[in-house]
Amino acid sequence: MREIPLSDLKQTLKQMIAKACTRVRPDALCALQNAKQSETSESAAFAMQVLLDNASLCEQKALPVCQDTGMAVFFFEIGQEVHFTGGDFEKTVNEAVAESYAENALRMSVLDPFTRINTKNNTPAVLHVRLVAGDRVKITFMPKGFGSENMTRLFMLMPADGIEGVKKAVITAIRDAGSKPCPPVFVGVGVGGTSELCLSLAKEALLRPIGTRNEREELNALEAELLQEINALPIGAQGFGGNTTALAVHIKAHPTHITALPVGVNIQCNCVRSSEEVL
Amino acid sequence: MIKITLPLTEEAVKNLHAGDRVLLSGDIYTGRDAAHKRIVEAIRCGTTLPFPLQNSTVYYVGACPPKGDLATASCGPTTSFRMSPYAPTLIKNGQRGIIGKGSMSEEVRNALIEHTAVYFAAIGGAGGLYAQCVTDAEILAYEDLGTEAIRRFTVKDFPVVVAYDCHGKSVYE
Ligand code: SF4
Repeated sequence: MREIPLSDLKQTLKQMIAKACTRVRPDALCALQNAKQSETSESAAFAMQVLLDNASLCEQKALPVCQDTGMAVFFFEIGQEVHFTGGDFEKTVNEAVAESYAENALRMSVLDPFTRINTKNNTPAVLHVRLVAGDRVKITFMPKGFGSENMTRLFMLMPADGIEGVKKAVITAIRDAGSKPCPPVFVGVGVGGTSELCLSLAKEALLRPIGTRNEREELNALEAELLQEINALPIGAQGFGGNTTALAVHIKAHPTHITALPVGVNIQCNCVRSSEEVL
Repeated sequence: MIKITLPLTEEAVKNLHAGDRVLLSGDIYTGRDAAHKRIVEAIRCGTTLPFPLQNSTVYYVGACPPKGDLATASCGPTTSFRMSPYAPTLIKNGQRGIIGKGSMSEEVRNALIEHTAVYFAAIGGAGGLYAQCVTDAEILAYEDLGTEAIRRFTVKDFPVVVAYDCHGKSVYE
């Protein structure tokens, strides 16, 4: 058994939150820089330059890259040999969120869906927890803005729809979203599982750094093909036209039921934010 | 790149075309959903308005809480479409410019043409950079709305793109 005091976990989470909210992930920044080089629309290129300037300024001055600092989403992989001590795990995570959002002047955007009364501390956080072998804890934090989250789609396709159906679903989701999710976007696609797992896969697909290869070789070609089709849509950066509606498409697949072909699409806006730590 | 000093004039608006890149300097007023509801109500009842609408430019934004020595924290645009039901009333009453992001309704486009006004798109996702462009900020009204209260922002070289011009053209088409 390896003991980890929850006070240590809390400190780590607080730092991860501050870091994620004030920087655009390096892989996304690099993709944006490259896309700008080959952008065909002047207005879109201008928008992309403003985004690049914003990213470097915010990292220098520790400013939130976007005023929507999102809902706090965590992915935990907890080694089964780990024993957290000194309190309540979920409560600690929420305390870290409340404290870090207040201390770093991040926007409190969470409220009750019926009363619309703000919780005023950006809690509760959204937790995805998996128990794995070993004695380590891997944590990923993602502040998810809702301009893009509101564009999430789930398609419960029929097996007969096949790969063509998957492609059509992704293109439909991006076309319908248009300029609302602050393009250039980063598209996470989940294929398979049950409905809720499928959407979770779509979100997890966004954690894989842009520019790395899909672990399933045959899916790399599909990702490239989808990206090309999306960038042929008449949307472009900020909706200004040109050829950069998306920076990347990532697919995460999982076995599903014999009667099903679930496709989930989770869109990440241009300010791709997440941080990772291993304890 | 076009540089404009606010307040906007009819002349300046006529010279703007969809897709133009513009740097704005001068005073703008912030407001989003809840504030717009109250302004439209004030216009209807003839009560005092939080700022003079004549030739004004209104920015759709809900900023982060202020921090350090900056006048405001991150303050990028919010989605304009939600203000579509209110914008025509403000434009009829003198508002000359809108700053937001994404498309708005046909009614808004028609009001811009009819009253020679313009809709600028700010860049969604560039909140920190926009905060640096704000040299002074002051709460003018509706303080109870928190981040949605109406503020005067004095801005310098605030980067935007003309989204809808007064000639009926759009950058989104
Ligand atoms: S969609 Fe993303 S970039 Fe746009 S306002 Fe929301 S968090 Fe910011």
